[in-house]
Order: sequence, then C-alpha cells, then structure tokens
Amino acid sequence: MSASQAVLPAASTTIARAAQAGAGAQGFVEFADVEKSYDGRTFAVTRMNLTVARGEFLTLLGPSGSGKTTTLNMLAGFERPTHGTITLQGQPVDRLPPYQRNIGMVFQNYALFPHMTVEENVGFPLSVRQVSKADIATRVARVLDMVRLKQFGDRRPTQLSGGQQQRVALARALVFEPSLVLMDEPLGALDKKLREHMQLEIKQIHTMLGVTIVYVTHDQSEALTMSDRVAVFNNGGIAQLGSPDDLYNTPQSSFVASFIGENNTLEGVVDRVSGKECRVRLNGGGEITALAVGATQDSACHVAIRPERLSLAPAAPGANALPATVDGRIYLGDHMRLLARLANDQVLTVKVGPEATMANGETVTVSCAPNDCRAFPADPGTGGALPKQGKTT
Amino acid sequence: MSALQPSELDRPTLARDRSAADTDLKSVTAALRRAEFGDRMRSLLLAAPLLVLLALSFGIPIVLLLSRAVYDPTIAEALPKTTAALAGWNGQGLPGDDAFAALAADLKDNRAKGTAYELAKSLNARLPGARSQVLKTVRKLESADGQAALEAMKSVPFWSAPTTWPTIQSGTSTLTSFYLLSALDLRWNADGGIERVPPEQAIFVQVFLRTFFVAASVTLATLILGFPLAYVIANVPKGLAAILIVAVLLPFWTSILVRTAAWTVLLQKFGLVNDFLLFIGIASDRLDLMYSRVGLIVAMTHIQLPFTLLPIYSVMRTIPPSQLKAAYSLGARPFTAFRRVYIPQVFPGVMAGCLLTFILCLGYYITPALIGGASDQLISNFIANYVNVELNWEMAAALSFILLVFTLALFGIFARILGLDRLKLM
Ligand SMILES: Nc1ncnc2c1ncn2[C@@H]1O[C@H](COP(=O)(O)OP(=O)(O)OP(=O)(O)O)[C@@H](O)[C@H]1O
Ligand SMILES: [Mg+2]
Repeated sequence: MSASQAVLPAASTTIARAAQAGAGAQGFVEFADVEKSYDGRTFAVTRMNLTVARGEFLTLLGPSGSGKTTTLNMLAGFERPTHGTITLQGQPVDRLPPYQRNIGMVFQNYALFPHMTVEENVGFPLSVRQVSKADIATRVARVLDMVRLKQFGDRRPTQLSGGQQQRVALARALVFEPSLVLMDEPLGALDKKLREHMQLEIKQIHTMLGVTIVYVTHDQSEALTMSDRVAVFNNGGIAQLGSPDDLYNTPQSSFVASFIGENNTLEGVVDRVSGKECRVRLNGGGEITALAVGATQDSACHVAIRPERLSLAPAAPGANALPATVDGRIYLGDHMRLLARLANDQVLTVKVGPEATMANGETVTVSCAPNDCRAFPADPGTGGALPKQGKTT
Repeated sequence: MSALQPSELDRPTLARDRSAADTDLKSVTAALRRAEFGDRMRSLLLAAPLLVLLALSFGIPIVLLLSRAVYDPTIAEALPKTTAALAGWNGQGLPGDDAFAALAADLKDNRAKGTAYELAKSLNARLPGARSQVLKTVRKLESADGQAALEAMKSVPFWSAPTTWPTIQSGTSTLTSFYLLSALDLRWNADGGIERVPPEQAIFVQVFLRTFFVAASVTLATLILGFPLAYVIANVPKGLAAILIVAVLLPFWTSILVRTAAWTVLLQKFGLVNDFLLFIGIASDRLDLMYSRVGLIVAMTHIQLPFTLLPIYSVMRTIPPSQLKAAYSLGARPFTAFRRVYIPQVFPGVMAGCLLTFILCLGYYITPALIGGASDQLISNFIANYVNVELNWEMAAALSFILLVFTLALFGIFARILGLDRLKLM
C-alpha cells in the first residue's frame, strides 16, 4: 500500500501533528477506561482510552467484530458503556441522550427517510431544532450545493444512485453544523471507483469545514488515505493508534504489521538481543538481524518485512543476506513481484522493477537492512492488543 | 484543409448512423413491447382458470342477485292485462273500469295457474297488507264473471284506496327503483318526487348508521390494541416474535362460530367477565354484557384483531431500527422521531389493516346474531332475514347493493388518499 501512502497530502500530516499536540491536555472527545459488554460475559470493547482532537480526522480500522461500531454507538449515545466515561468537549455524556449530543452521524446503509424528499431529509435536523422555514431553505440549499446535489432536492431517496444517497446522508449529518461527525462505513456499499471519489469529497469537506470526524472502516487503504490518525482495532481494544505512516512504517505488533499493507512474515526464535536489535534464528534454518519490537530473548517471534524493503541488489555491509531461489513472477505493470523461496522453504515476496529478468529456478540473494525487519513476539494474544497501548498518542 | 476533410466526411456518416440508430431503437422498443405483451398474455393464461372460476362462482351470481334489486318482473308477468289497461293512465285518482275488469281477469288467471300467492306476496312487499286483500279478492272472484267480477272488485275497499293503483302501476314496469329507495328509507311521493318514508316505517338508514358505527368502533379498538402489540412483536428477538405471532393467530384456527360462542360463555350475566368485575369491585351489580352493544364490540374486536395487526406488523418489520436512530442523532426527541419518521412509514400498513377490518365488519353476521341484542343487529342480519325468512330477495339485493356501493366508495377514497400501490395489505 505504498501507493496510497505516496498520495497522502502533506497537509494532513501537519494537521495530525497539530492535533496530537493539541490533544495533550484535554481532548475534544475522550474515552477513559471505557468498556462495553452486551451479554455480561464477553467484551465488545475492553478498557479503551482514546483522545480525539478538535478538527481531527480519526479512523477506526479493524477486522469485523472488533468493536468499531460499538465504540461509535457509545459515542453517539445509542449504547451505554458498562464501565468508564466518555467526555465530549470536557463534559461527561453518559447521561446525555443521543438527541442532545449534537453529533452528526452517517450510517452504513445511509438511513435516509424514504417518505421525505432529499430537501426534507436534509432539512429534518433543522426543523426539529425549530429553525425558521426560510432559514432551513437557505441552509439546505447551501449544503446541497456543497455535496453537488442542488438539482435533486425534490427527489425521493429511492430515486437516487448509491453515491447520491451517500451524499444526501452526508449533507444531512452536516447541515446542523455539528462539531463532531461520526461515519460508520459510509462507503461500504459503493463500488471501488465511486468509493475513491467519495473519499476525496469527504476529505475535502473535512478540510473545508474543519469538523472533527470519527470514521469507521475495515478498508485499510481508505483509512490510510483519509485519516490524520488511525486507531487499529483488534478484539475490542486499540492495537495501535498513530498517523498512517507510523502505522505503516513502525507497526508495534504482528497484528498491525499484517493488517496494514502487505508484509512478509518469517517465524523464528530470538537468539540474542543487543540494544535495539536482535538476532533471530529462523525456523528451518537461516538467521536474520531485526529490530526487536517487544521480542525477548529465547522467545518465539515473527519477523515482518515489507516487500518493497527487500532487494536483490548486493547486500550492504551489516545488512541481512538470504540465499533463495526464484519460485514465481507476478507482473503488475509498474513493478513486479518475485516469489523467493528461502532455504527453510518459507517464501518471501520481493518487489522489484518491472524490467527484472530473473527466471524461475534462478538462485538469488535477498537482502534487507535490519531496520526494515521488525521482530514481534509470536503469541498474538499478547502481541500488542493490550488495552494500555490505546494511550499511545 | 486536410484537417477539415475527415469532419466533412464524417458528418453524413454520422447522420446516417444516427438515423440507423433511431430505427434500431424503434425496432428494439417494438420488440420489447411484443415480448412484454407475450409475457403478459402468458401470465394471464396461467391465471385464467382462477379468473373463470371467479367469474362463474362469484361474479355472475353477484350480478344476478344484485340485479334483482332493480329488476322485478313478477307483477308485470302476473298482470299482463292490467299492464295493458294501465298503459295510458295518468296516475291520478282511480283508473277506469276497464282496469278493474283487467285486474279481475288477471287475478282469475293467476288463481287458475296457481301463482296467486306469489303475486300477493310481491304486492305485499310494496304495499303492506296487500297479501290478505289479494287472496280475499281472488276467493270472491271465484264464481264471478263480467259485471259481477267488476262489482266484486269494487266491493273490496282496498282496490279503491289512493295508494293501491299507483303501486300496481309502478309494479307493472319490470325495472324498479322501489327497493333501492326503500333500502335508504325513501319512496316516491304522489307528485313523482322522492321523499322520506314516515319515521315509524324508517329502519334501514338507522341500521346502516349502526353498522358503520360498530365497524368504526371495532376498527378503532383493534388499532389501539393492535398497534402497540405489532410494535412489540416487530422489535423483540425473533423467537419471541414467532411465539407472539402464533398467539395472535391462534384464534384463527378455530371457527368464528366457536369463538363467538366462547364470548357468550364469557359475557353472560353469570359468566366469567361479570364474576371478575364483581370480584375486583369495578361493578357493583352484574352487567348486561350479553345482547348489548358493548359485548358485540368486544367480541368483534377480538375476532378482528389479527386482521388489523398483521398488515401493520408486516410494514413495521421492514423499517430498520437505524431509521429511528438516525432521527435521534439528528436531534429529534423520541416522540418527534416517532411521529415524523416512524408513523409516516407505518401509515400504509395502518390504513390497510383498518380498511380490512372496517370492510369485514360491515358484513358481520354471526356475531351480532348471537351476541347482539335486538337493537344491535347489523345490516347483514337484515339481509339474511330478507333472504331466509321474508323470502324478499329484491329487498335483500337492494340492501346488499347499497352496502356494496358504500364499501367500494370507501375503498376508492382510501386508495385515492394513499395510492393503491402503497396500500400494503400483507
Ligand atoms: N446489539 C448487540 N448485541 C450483542 N452483541 C453485539 C451487539 N452488537 C455487537 N455485538 C458484538 O460485539 C462485538 C463487536 O461488534 P461491532 O459491531 O462493534 O463490530 P465492528 O467492529 O463494527 O464489526 P464490523 O466491521 O463487522 O461492522 C461483536 O462480537 C458483536 O458480535
Ligand atoms: Mg460495524
């Protein structure tokens, strides 16, 4: 996913930094030790600590069932935490019903009101706030203009395409100028092209209005392109929270490393730790030097290496050099992926230029810098999905 | 120059292409229409057996029966000579002696053919008391001919009463509005206008109003009871919902007669309901629940509840919970969200359920007959009485016709307000 990384606007990284700085004392939204259990036996969300800064675009990313929607629903007021406190602009909101929270929400299936026209849908939050008819008309017109749906005002939601419906839902969540907007997989139902287009539009609106957005997705490229920060969810907790490049380049656990972007994973045992680095004996033979990220002496570990960090060029001094044979070639236009089989029978994916000429069966040496190899503890249960890591802002 | 060439070349080609495309499109449309027509014909063919059965067993009998409300040839067929004699009569005073003589001859003919009783009954329907007069006259005419017959006629005062001959004359026309007017407590007056019948003879308007009142009360009661129940069933977990639905449908599995009989057991003076009311001290004396309007409405409400509830439930089930959540998140309080987001979406189901119950209530027969008192009989009980007891099918047909017209009008209004396609019956 280095491609999506490359197009990440520089500005948003700056905002992220600012957001992180601002979040220091008192966040805009704060989860303190929040827990949620639906059945009293299992936790949908465990001990969550999370701070969202004003104006930030925060994405909750994670596999299905990891507690993203539950987190969002607690913030919106549809579910009550079974433990802990959520504060919104410094105010605890535990007793505040959803209709008093002033949070805009975009649902996965849009939840547009089928019996109302687009204008009535968008005007609904204003009319329940007793805004005058004339005001409603101008504000609805303005926001419909913003999502480029001016000419569809008197249509019914069923007469719109998926993308248009999505924009109506967005307009409806923005029209009453909430300072916080929640979106639960708002683009899940759209095809790839439309989804990418809508990602840009949502991002633009975010920049333009300066609202705080908490966004849920399980599409990691969506999370990387849009967010200032991403919270990677796993088993009801935050596995890692950071900017997209943090997550991509310095994952703190094997789960995050494999969930975000593509990764080669080599299994082995830590031979010895020296400073930040460690020497890993690979299962089935071979050795490699890697950064020790939680891996400890004599414990089983996973070494994660990005395909683009592997190279077939002669190894620099101090770099790892692994003999391998070419096992397959995948041509992708702008680059090529070589499948390199190591002596221990593990297969590495290596990203090389499209002009690479290695034939199947040819012997090569795969090299990489120790800094690009990250050794995580092998047990995924304690692999960094620990709740306390939630506060790594 | 060379840059222009292709566009000059292109233009006619393009035009040709477009017209070709146009005709293509036309032929496509035509083909589509042909295909659709074929499809429709095929599906019609599949439904044909049912349609034929419906037409034969339902459509034609209804038309035949209803036609009796306006088509009554009994008198014209029984009195051909009188019909001829009255052809030129202006309806004022008494007709000439030739009419009396013709009637005497017709009555003798009927006696000979054995149809005198039919005629007497038919006249009696229009002219109360005519039956005995006709039969008496027929007996008197037995041995009288010519002048004697005429005198025999004149000796019966009934034949000289002011209303007798106009009634006979209107009876000699095979098409009649008499029954339809009677069904609305109306009649022709002597001047050829329409007037209300005297209050002591008026019955049907009151019965129609009563029928509508009972139907409306029952509809309202089922709605009040059914709506919250439907909401609960639509929002509880699946397993519980299935149990509740079965509980609602359970009464459907016993016959309406049994259910009604059960209510007589409950409602009677020394029945369970009275026992209970006395026990908890709401009533100080035993109430007359049987043979009362209240008892009737209670029993009908019980029977009708599923009809109102099911359409509402089936619509509620299609409304995702995110609709109300969205309304809350947009700032609507629960009541506002319910009123502005939920109710409008359930409305078609509510309308369908209420319409179903209302229309079914208009035709209730067994329950009012068993549970209602004499003053709680609905229009169907009167129709049944005319069919079974009075053997006056014309009046039964007229009442049915009026009921059908009201029902269709009501349905039309509902469909108009709501759009037939939005009426979600199931
Ligand atoms: N209403 C509920 N009752 C009981 N359990 C629930 C309920 N909602 C969610 N859960 C459970 O809580 C856990 C977290 O669910 P949640 O909906 O938050 O996941 P998610 O991250 O949003 O997943 P997805 O990406 O599939 O939407 C799941 O194990 C789920 O089964
Ligand atoms: Mg979810």
